[in-house]
Amino acid sequence: MISLETYIFITILPPLFVCLITPLLSKNENLRDALGPVGGIISSYGAIEIFTAVLEGKNISIKLLQISDGIFISFDVTPLGAIFGLVASVLWIFAAIYSVGYMRGNQEKNQTRFYTYYAIAVHAALCIAYSGDLLTLFIFYEVLTFSTYPLVTHKQNELALKAGRLYMSILVGSSVIFLLPAIIWVWILTGSLEMSKHGVLDGYLNYEHAPYLLAMFAFGIGKAALIPIHKWLPAAMVAPTPVSALLHAVAVVKAGVFTMLLVLTNIFGIDFLSKTGASIWLIWLASFTLLITSIIAVYKDDIKARLAYSTISQLSYITLGGALASATATQGAILHIVTHAAGKITLFFVAGAIYVGAKISKISELNGHGKSMSLMLLAFFIASLSIIGVPPMAGSWSKFFLMLGAAESGYLFVLIVFSISTILNAYYLMEIPARAFFLKKEKEIKVKIPVLITIPTLCTCLLTIILFFAFEPFQNLTSIMVK
Amino acid sequence: MTDIIIKNLPILVVLCPLMMSLFVVLIPNTFISWVVTLFTTLITFIFSLLLYQEVYQYSSISYALGNWIPPLGIEYVIDKVSIIPIIIITLISFLTTFFASKIMPAEINNSSISKVYSLWLLAIAGLIGLVTTGDAFNLFVFLEISSLASVALVAMGAQKDKQALVAAYNYLILGAVGATFYVIGVGLLYGITGTLNLADLSSRITEINDNKALVAGFGFMIVGIMVKAAVFPLHIWLPRAYAYAPSAVSVLLAATATKASLYILARILFSVFDISDTLITLTLTYVILPLSIIAMFAGTIMAIYEKDIKRLLAHSSIAQIGYITLAFAIGTKASVAAGFIHMFNHALIKGALFMAITSMSFYLNKRITINTLSGLGRAMPITFSCFVICSLSLAGVPLTAGFISKLYIIKASISAEGVWIALLILASSALSVIYLWKMIEAMWFHEGPKDLVIKENPTVYIALLMITFLNIYFGLDASIVVNSSFEAADQLLGVQK
Amino acid sequence: MISSALGVWNYWVVFLLMMIGLFLVIGRQNFLKKIVGLTIFQTSVFLLYITFGKIKGGTPPILNNINETIYSNPLPHVLILTAIVVGVATTALGLSLVLRINSEYGSIEEEDISAQDLVDYHDQIETSKTVSIKFKK
Repeated sequence: MISLETYIFITILPPLFVCLITPLLSKNENLRDALGPVGGIISSYGAIEIFTAVLEGKNISIKLLQISDGIFISFDVTPLGAIFGLVASVLWIFAAIYSVGYMRGNQEKNQTRFYTYYAIAVHAALCIAYSGDLLTLFIFYEVLTFSTYPLVTHKQNELALKAGRLYMSILVGSSVIFLLPAIIWVWILTGSLEMSKHGVLDGYLNYEHAPYLLAMFAFGIGKAALIPIHKWLPAAMVAPTPVSALLHAVAVVKAGVFTMLLVLTNIFGIDFLSKTGASIWLIWLASFTLLITSIIAVYKDDIKARLAYSTISQLSYITLGGALASATATQGAILHIVTHAAGKITLFFVAGAIYVGAKISKISELNGHGKSMSLMLLAFFIASLSIIGVPPMAGSWSKFFLMLGAAESGYLFVLIVFSISTILNAYYLMEIPARAFFLKKEKEIKVKIPVLITIPTLCTCLLTIILFFAFEPFQNLTSIMVK
Repeated sequence: MTDIIIKNLPILVVLCPLMMSLFVVLIPNTFISWVVTLFTTLITFIFSLLLYQEVYQYSSISYALGNWIPPLGIEYVIDKVSIIPIIIITLISFLTTFFASKIMPAEINNSSISKVYSLWLLAIAGLIGLVTTGDAFNLFVFLEISSLASVALVAMGAQKDKQALVAAYNYLILGAVGATFYVIGVGLLYGITGTLNLADLSSRITEINDNKALVAGFGFMIVGIMVKAAVFPLHIWLPRAYAYAPSAVSVLLAATATKASLYILARILFSVFDISDTLITLTLTYVILPLSIIAMFAGTIMAIYEKDIKRLLAHSSIAQIGYITLAFAIGTKASVAAGFIHMFNHALIKGALFMAITSMSFYLNKRITINTLSGLGRAMPITFSCFVICSLSLAGVPLTAGFISKLYIIKASISAEGVWIALLILASSALSVIYLWKMIEAMWFHEGPKDLVIKENPTVYIALLMITFLNIYFGLDASIVVNSSFEAADQLLGVQK
Repeated sequence: MISSALGVWNYWVVFLLMMIGLFLVIGRQNFLKKIVGLTIFQTSVFLLYITFGKIKGGTPPILNNINETIYSNPLPHVLILTAIVVGVATTALGLSLVLRINSEYGSIEEEDISAQDLVDYHDQIETSKTVSIKFKK
C-alpha cells in the first residue's frame, strides 16, 4: 500500500525526470521522444489516484522543504487542484505524442531543448495544481513562466524575440508587481501563507480593502489574461503548436485561472466575497474581456491567433464564474477548466496538423481543402461544438452550470453576455470547417499529416464526448469544493 | 593549541591575511603566490566559520588588543552583527581567489602578480579589520588600508586599459575625502565624549542631548561612510573602478568592498546612535530613504542604457546598494534583518555575475560589451547557464537567493505600512529584468562570429559553479541566513523593538 | 559675540583650511592640484585634533610628581601621527597615479582625459560591433 502522499510525487516527479534525462538522450531520438508519453502515463496514474482519494474526502498534504521560518514548499491537494492535476497530466500524454509527430513532421531544430523545457513546464503546472500554500503557488507560477520562455522563442528569429519580450514583460511584470505584494499582504494579515477551504481573510481584512487586494491578485495573475494584461497570449502563439496546445490552452492559462479560482475560494472565500461585494468589479471586467476578445477573434485570419483570442474569452468565463461568488457558478467555473481544456487542445492540435500537413496557417487559405483532411476538420468541428456548448459535448455542462450560477446570483446581464459570446463562438469557430468544406479550392496542395499527429488529436476529440457522459465524478468533486 | 587559536580568533582573521600579504610579495613564482593566497583565504574563511560558532555560543566576543583593557585600549568586537559581513568577505575572497588562478595571469604581467596578490590580501585584511574593530579611529585606519589597497589593485588594470588609472585616481580622491570626513566626525565626537570606543561612545552619547557638535560629528561620519558604501549620489567612483579594474579584482570588490562600509553605516546608525533618537529618525526618513529610492531607479536606468557589461553590472550594484540602505532606512527590526539578508545574497549574486562576465572576457580575450555577447550562449553553455541563473537571482526569481531577500524586504516594508515603498521596490526590480534580459537575449538570439569555438576551462568555471550553486542553495534553504540576520537585527537594535 | 568668535580662532583656521582644501579637490581640473587640495584638507583635520588635545596651561603629559599639574591630552597627537602616515601614503599613491596618467594620456587635465576616455569608450563599443548582429534565419 502506497501512502497517499507518495502519489503526489508519482504525479509531479515524472516530468522532472523527463526533463533531466532528455538532454542525456539527445543522440538517441526514439528513446528520447518516448520519454514524454511514458512520463505522462505515470503522472496520470498518480493524478487519477489522487483524484479518487480526494473524491472519497481524504486529505493529502505534505510539507516538503522548509526554506525559512514559516516559509515552506508544501503540497496540499484541494479538489480544484486534483481536477487541474488530472487534466494537465492526462493531456500531457496526448500532447507529448503529438509534439513528437509535430516536431518531426516540421523538422524543427533543437528538439532536445524543446522537450526538456516542455517537461519542466508540465512539472511546474502540476506543482501549481497541488501546491499547499501561496508561496509554493507563486514559486511554481514563476517557474512556469521562465520555463516556457525558451519554448515561446523556440524559433529564435526576430518575431520570436519580440514575442518573448512581450511574454516575459507582461507575465513577470504583473506577477512581481502585483501578485507578490498581494501574497505578502495576505501573509502579514493572517500571519501565515496557508490557504483554507473557506477562505482565510475573514476577520483579518478590512472590508473596504478587499476590492483592492482582489485587484492586486486579479492583475497579478497575468496568466488568467484579463483584458489589459492579455496581450502575452496572442504573442505566445509564435511558439510551435504543441506548446500552444498544451501550454497556452491547458497548462499555463489554466494555471492562471486555477490560481484565480483558488484565490477567490480558498483565500477570500465565497461567503466573504458575496458578503463584501469585493468581486463585483471583477464580474464586469471579466464580462468585458469575454465580449471584446470574442469580437477580436472574429477578425483574426490566423488560425492560432483566432484560437488564442477564443482562449482569452473562455478564460474569462472561468474568472467570471469565480467572481460571481455563488456555489453553482464556482462549480461551473471549475468544470469549465476541464471541458475547455479538452476542447481547446483538440482545436490547437488540428491547427498544428493543418500547418504540418498543408503548411496553411491562415483561415482564408483553407478554402476547399476540407476533403483532403476531413478527419482533422471533423475533430475540429466536434471540439468546436464542445466549446460552443452544444450537447452531447462536455462543454455544455460547464456552460449550463455557469449560466445557472449567474441566474442564481441575480446578475442577469451576465446571461446576456454569455449568449452573445456563444453566438460569436459559433461564428468564429464554425467558419473554419465551413470554409474548408463548402468553399471552392483555389489551388491544389498535397496534404500529408503524420499519424503521430492524427491519433492524439482524435483521442482528445473523443475525450470531449466521453467527458459529457463521464461527468459525475467531476461534478461531485466540485461540490466538495464549494460545500 | 586549539585553545589559543580559539581565544585569539578575532585578531587572527585580520592578522592572517595581513601578515601573509607581506609574505606573498616576496614569492617570485606566480603559481606559488596564488597557492599561498588561496591557502590564506581558506584559513581565514575557516577562522570566520569558527568565529560564527563562537559568537552563537557567547553572543558577543570582545578582544582587548595587546591586553589594553577597553575602553582605553583598542577593542575588537565580534557579535552576531559583525559576523555576517565577516563571513561574506572571507567566503567571497576564498571563492574569488580560487577563480583568479587563470584569470589573473591573463591580465597582469608575470612580474607583478605576486604584488597583486599581496595587495589583494591587504585589501581583504582591511575589510575584515574594518568590520571587527570596535574602535572608531582604528576603523579609519582599516578604511584607508582597504581603500588604498583597492585603489592600487584597480590601477593594475592599466596594463589592459589605461582608463583604469583615472578610475583608480577618482576612487582614491573620493575615498580619501570620504575617510577624512569620517575622521572629522570621529574627532568631533571625541571632543564631546572623550572616548573612541564605539560601545563606550554609544553609552556616553545617550547622556548628551541637544549638542550641535554631536549633530555635526554624526553628519560628517555618515557622509564619509556613505562615500565608501557608494550610496547615491556619492557613488560616482564605483562604476569606473569596478569596470576597469583587473577582472578578478572587479569580482572581489563588487562582492565585498561596499558591504563592509554598509555594515559600518548600520552600526553607526543603530548601535552607536540610538534608533529612537529623533536625529536618527530624521536622517533615516529624510536623507537615507529618499536617496535609496533614487538610487534604486537611477542605478537601474543607467544600467538599462549602458553598453559596457562590467559598467552595467556596476550600475546595477548601485541600485542594489539602494535596496540595502532602503531596508535600513525603514528602521524596523524586520527591515534591518532584510537588509542584512540582501547584503549576503547580493554578494553572492554580484560576485557570480562578475565571475561569469570575467570568464567570457577571458575566453574571448576582449572586453565584453553588449555586442561581443552575441552568440556566447551557445559557445559557452556552462558559463551562460550560470549567468542566467544568477541573473534570475538578481531579478528575484523564486528558488534563488535573490528571491529570499526580495521577499523579506517587501514583507518588512509592507509591515511598516510602507506599501508604496514596496511597490517602488518591485517596480525597480521589474525594471532590472530589462537589462538582464538585454544581455540574455544578446547571448541567446544573436548570431555570433562564425569561427567562435571556445573550450570552457574547468579551472575557470569551477568557482563559478560553486557560487552559482550557493545562489540556488540559499534560495532553497535560507534558514541560516534569515535566522542569523534576524539575530543580528535583534542585537543591533536592542530588545525594545 | 565677536570676542567669543575670535576666542576660538584656532577653529576658524581649521575651518578655513578645510574649505580651501575641499574647494581645490572639487573645483580644480588639474589632477595634481586636486592632490594638493586633498593634502590641505587632511592637514586641517590634523589641526582640529591637535586643537582638541591642547589644554590651556597644560604641560606635556610626562609624570612629574607635582600634584595638580594640568596635562594636555596626548591621545589626539598619537592619533594624528597615525593619520599623518595614512595621509602620506594617500598622497604618495595619488602622485604615482598622476605620473602614470601623465605618461599614458599626455595630460593631467581632467577635460583632456575625459575626452580621451569618451573616445576610448565608444571605440570599445563600436569595434566590438564588427561582430554584426544577425538573427537566425
